[in-house]
Amino acid sequence: MGKSIMRSRLFWPIMVLILILLINLFFDSSFLSIEVRNGRLTGSIIDILNRGAPLMLISIGMTLVIATKGIDLSVGSVIAMSGAIGAMSVANAETDGLGPLFTAIALALVISTLVGGWNGLLVSRIGVQPIVATLILMVAGRGVAQLITGGQITTVYYDPYNFIGGGYLLALPFSVFIVAFVLLLAVLITRKTALGLFIESVGSNPDASRLAGINSKNIMLMVYLFSGFCAGVGGLILSSNVMSADGNNAGLWFELDAILAVVIGGTSLMGGRFYLMGTIIGALIIQSLTTTIYSIGVPAETNLVVKAVVVLIVCLLQSPEFRSKVFGTGKLKKTKEQKESEGVTLS
Amino acid sequence: MKKFLASKGILVLLLGLLLLLAACGSSEESSNEESAADDTPEQTEEENEAEETETDTEEEGNEEAGEKLVIGFSQVGAESEWRTANTKSIQDAITDAGHELKFSDAQQKQENQIKAIRSFITQKVDAIVFSPVVETGFETVLQEAKDANIPVFLADRSVDIEDDSLWTTFLGSDFVEEGRKAGNWLVEEMADEEGPVNIVELQGTVGSAPAIDRKEGFEEIIGSEDKFEIIKSQTGDFTRAKGKEVMEAFLKSDGENIDVLYSHNDDMAIGAIQAIEEYGLKPGEDIIIIGVDAVRGAFEAMADGKMNVTIECNPLFGPQLVDLIEQHFAGEELEKRIAVEESMYTMDQAEELLPTREY
Repeated sequence: MGKSIMRSRLFWPIMVLILILLINLFFDSSFLSIEVRNGRLTGSIIDILNRGAPLMLISIGMTLVIATKGIDLSVGSVIAMSGAIGAMSVANAETDGLGPLFTAIALALVISTLVGGWNGLLVSRIGVQPIVATLILMVAGRGVAQLITGGQITTVYYDPYNFIGGGYLLALPFSVFIVAFVLLLAVLITRKTALGLFIESVGSNPDASRLAGINSKNIMLMVYLFSGFCAGVGGLILSSNVMSADGNNAGLWFELDAILAVVIGGTSLMGGRFYLMGTIIGALIIQSLTTTIYSIGVPAETNLVVKAVVVLIVCLLQSPEFRSKVFGTGKLKKTKEQKESEGVTLS
Repeated sequence: MKKFLASKGILVLLLGLLLLLAACGSSEESSNEESAADDTPEQTEEENEAEETETDTEEEGNEEAGEKLVIGFSQVGAESEWRTANTKSIQDAITDAGHELKFSDAQQKQENQIKAIRSFITQKVDAIVFSPVVETGFETVLQEAKDANIPVFLADRSVDIEDDSLWTTFLGSDFVEEGRKAGNWLVEEMADEEGPVNIVELQGTVGSAPAIDRKEGFEEIIGSEDKFEIIKSQTGDFTRAKGKEVMEAFLKSDGENIDVLYSHNDDMAIGAIQAIEEYGLKPGEDIIIIGVDAVRGAFEAMADGKMNVTIECNPLFGPQLVDLIEQHFAGEELEKRIAVEESMYTMDQAEELLPTREY
């Protein structure tokens, strides 16, 4: 039993996540406590879920793209675009009715999905390499976002817009429900239908898949559409959370964090396999790390170094070669068990 | 025959290419003027009003200044509301004073800026105003300006060049002074408090001049009294979203111990205000909030009683700049470093001033 748990792809990422939370607990004993304020649950854990929502969403989309051996560099720019479209379309709303809100959501999501589709077309139909195809939109998308906002930070005074990223439902942040919904959708579609297998098969060998009767091109198109959609939702959450549109900075470098989350989660950049739950844990690791850095008072100049070191440790721990070299092949099992029991007693 | 046709085809292609290149060249040249033209429509409305009143004062002004100057102005770009207000202020001040303006937008690129300054030199302008995109690499072009006897005025940003004879003066905000002002206000405000006063700080982008200097100036002042302590200091990258996220984490770890928030710009402060409200505290009362920049959003927050003070980082130094240029041509010796006249706005003034804010 213990062996099968450790063999699971999720074992090491979860361990690291727990470790980060424990470090926090060490510095601040109230870290894990959750209390009710103004009828809402508040606490650092809720913050991590809430702030990590956009990253989790985008990483879900990214996982499927990477599973087809692709990559989507444009998500950061799509976030900026979607946020800009959403915020600008409600910026002049005069009523407090819900009409403008739904128009904004629909507009932002349709356009984000379409630009995702543009990536998909370039990759699947024209045969442009994914990294190049999405690089185009990465550069152009931010330009479009700046055009939409006129290069300025626009503040939104239309209250209902705040609900997407700042609202609460059943005492929990609404963005958490959005993530849960999209995750459930992705898991159901990929694991309860054959689509997940198709994606993996296209990722390991598109030609063989085509010969086996899978429409590789459409599968590829679909994952980019989905990635664009996820980035669109993420952009809405980010822009709604601060009630403003910032074409210059919204979603900056998100693509890199998302790729990192996917990789930490155990999905290989070579395609052919993907682990949605691993990705979620990867995204949570990145977000808890960020929150940790803020709350334990690491000097601003060393933020990125701390982040890099932790990520390096995660990646090393996940490599079987590294583990066997460091812990020794024979001792491998033992040290792992020890580590696990340590974790149990501490928590 | 076929071969001949083929070579002819190539010739035609080449000719076409040449034409295209020529077209590119000329369009590039005109793009400077175009960008200047792009900016003017916004102004014209206001300018028209100004011009009517201007015509009668203009003659006087000219007599005083002695001559109508042609001034070339190379701006960084239009990356923020602050910058746009800055551009407009300088443009308006130059034209309102009856001088001729040649404007070029560098769009954040040094090469554009060097090109623009060269073109100002060939057009034999009387003075060049420029806000360098980066600090280094302008030696050659500034030397060319010096050789052509054209005085250069640096606006808002400085260059990192040893030979300071290459420019006449640098007019810009003194970020350290802004930090000191914030510190002084806090010391005065807290004069009756016993302390300890716990301060959290939202820094700007790591390594940027405003972040380094605003931190330094603030610490210099509050360091003189023991009761002040900066308990947390973290970067919020000058953005609202990061400011909010970092403040949330501060609140979770230090919560009600936080007495004061010092934010290196107003946008981060606005994000932090949202975080404080969501946490259930009253920004401006439970936590005193100090921002820098004095942008419109800060005045709105202050008018709502959610922010206590903002230190001005004034982009509207056009008139001061034009004064300096005129002083230079009147033969006055100018200091190499001149600070922009800046003030400070508190909660009580906000409501009144809000409608007058231009940016």
